[in-house]
Amino acid sequence: MEIFDTLAYYMQFSQVRYALIVGVLVALCASLLGVTLVLKRFSFIGDGLSHVAFGAMAVSSITGALFSGMKPLIDGTGDMIIVMPLTVISAVLLLRTGKNAKVKGDAAVAMISVGALAIGYLLMNLDVFPKSANISGDVCSTLFGSLSILTLTQGEVNFCIAVSIAVVIVFILLYNKLFSVTFDEDFATATGTKASVYNLIIAIIIAVIIVISMNLVGSLLISALIIFPALSAMRLLKSFKAVTICSACLSVFCATLGILLSILFSTPVGSTIVAVDIAAFGVFSLIGAAKGGLKK
Amino acid sequence: MSQLTCTSLSLGYEGKEILSNLSFSVEAGDYVCILGENGSGKTTLMRTILGLHKPMKGSISTGDGLNRREIGYLPQQNSIQRDFPATVREIVISGFQGQCGFRPFYTREQKRRADENIELMGISHLKNRCYRELSGGQQQRVLLARALCATRKMLFLDEPVAGLDPKVTQEMYALIEKLNKELGITIIMISHDIRAAIQFSNKILHIGSEIFFGSRDEYIKRTASEWEGNYGNL
Ligand SMILES: Nc1ncnc2c1ncn2[C@@H]1O[C@H](COP(=O)(O)OP(=O)(O)OP(=O)(O)O)[C@@H](O)[C@H]1O
Ligand SMILES: [Mg+2]
Repeated sequence: MEIFDTLAYYMQFSQVRYALIVGVLVALCASLLGVTLVLKRFSFIGDGLSHVAFGAMAVSSITGALFSGMKPLIDGTGDMIIVMPLTVISAVLLLRTGKNAKVKGDAAVAMISVGALAIGYLLMNLDVFPKSANISGDVCSTLFGSLSILTLTQGEVNFCIAVSIAVVIVFILLYNKLFSVTFDEDFATATGTKASVYNLIIAIIIAVIIVISMNLVGSLLISALIIFPALSAMRLLKSFKAVTICSACLSVFCATLGILLSILFSTPVGSTIVAVDIAAFGVFSLIGAAKGGLKK
Repeated sequence: MSQLTCTSLSLGYEGKEILSNLSFSVEAGDYVCILGENGSGKTTLMRTILGLHKPMKGSISTGDGLNRREIGYLPQQNSIQRDFPATVREIVISGFQGQCGFRPFYTREQKRRADENIELMGISHLKNRCYRELSGGQQQRVLLARALCATRKMLFLDEPVAGLDPKVTQEMYALIEKLNKELGITIIMISHDIRAAIQFSNKILHIGSEIFFGSRDEYIKRTASEWEGNYGNL
């Protein structure tokens, strides 16, 4: 029972509670669009965007340094006020280029994402700006998530809660439309569903999710949070609804477990959650294979 | 007033024409077969009429109470995702999506009609099965039921019997004929099966280097005289 005592001890700290709340919400939101993302072959957007978000983060920390007058504004919501619009705009651009057959779609995406990474890192290291004491630490935590438990302000937590609720509501309202656009975009378009509008909404929601998950798991690991639960659920379940619900529950479960483990063993939060997600994927695959074997 | 009229249509991709000066019209209740070699542009024609592809020249108009968005269709196989986790019912009811506008959920009436269409296609026993685990013929019926949710006026079928065995093919043709005769749905079917085209359709559109559009009887007469022409010279 030592583990529970330790956990109970940590739960007294508001930081730990905040991290759990944010972690669960972020995991929930990220998993919702996973199925759509995987099936629509939109994973490239998730991947590209996470790199863009890193670049945006760099821009944001520099503007924060340059315009110290804006500091209170920026501090109120973390870096969100800059990172969010930049990432959303990039999402729209990526969707456009990714669909464009003339410019090689994936090459364009690679250009944007790798470019954002490089420029972001360059900006962070420019001499002109007052450097924070620990650049490689900053970079590392932006890429892979914070090393120890999150240090979130009340404002950031509230922001995250508000955004998550909005994402969940939008998702529920659009659920049927997302289904038909994901299953067969041509049929949806031909019979009067505005597929391009919903594709755009999907891209924007993904951008929003990536920005709010960035603090938790870091920009390089976000895709894992989005894709793994959906892939795991798809191993076992056969209806879209079941897959969606299962991947949401699974994602919340893995995030909770991951955060608790990271507290107990003082491992980095992001990679611990992803490790749990991978383990879950393994388990689901095994069960799926076993079931398939039994049938035959 | 015809349900669908195409006038001097030119189709193609990126400036390259594959079909030019195509004109034809379809009346309510018609059963039109589109014939033509592989790559002659049948699917492209269908996608253009459905508004998924822009014509290079010419115009497409609908009339007789048919809205451009009320054309249901059955895609050529292989255009649908293979590994999609969805039940038959989820897919069939998604046919109503275009009529929903901003309404987020399906109405009770739509759910009832989806079940009705599933019944009509004779796949009620598969209702809760996973689409990807069905046979090709069963999948075709599911997509046909979905198309019926989208429209009760005009159906576009792109090679509906490709890859089906003879028995299932006959069943499929019978089903389509039932939709045409009993429900009065206009059918436009792309096919390579000339025999079936002659058996079921009342009009035939043949595309390729030579374009033919006319009634089935004219088509039979024409092909017959072509044969005579070819073999008379031997
Ligand atoms: N997306 C595309 N971009 C460029 N060319 C295309 C595209 N799709 C088809 N084509 C070309 O247009 C021509 C017509 O193709 P289409 O698919 O309409 O033929 P089809 O008559 O349906 O053939 P099939 O009987 O094999 O289904 C082909 O020569 C094909 O190479
Ligand atoms: Mg074709």
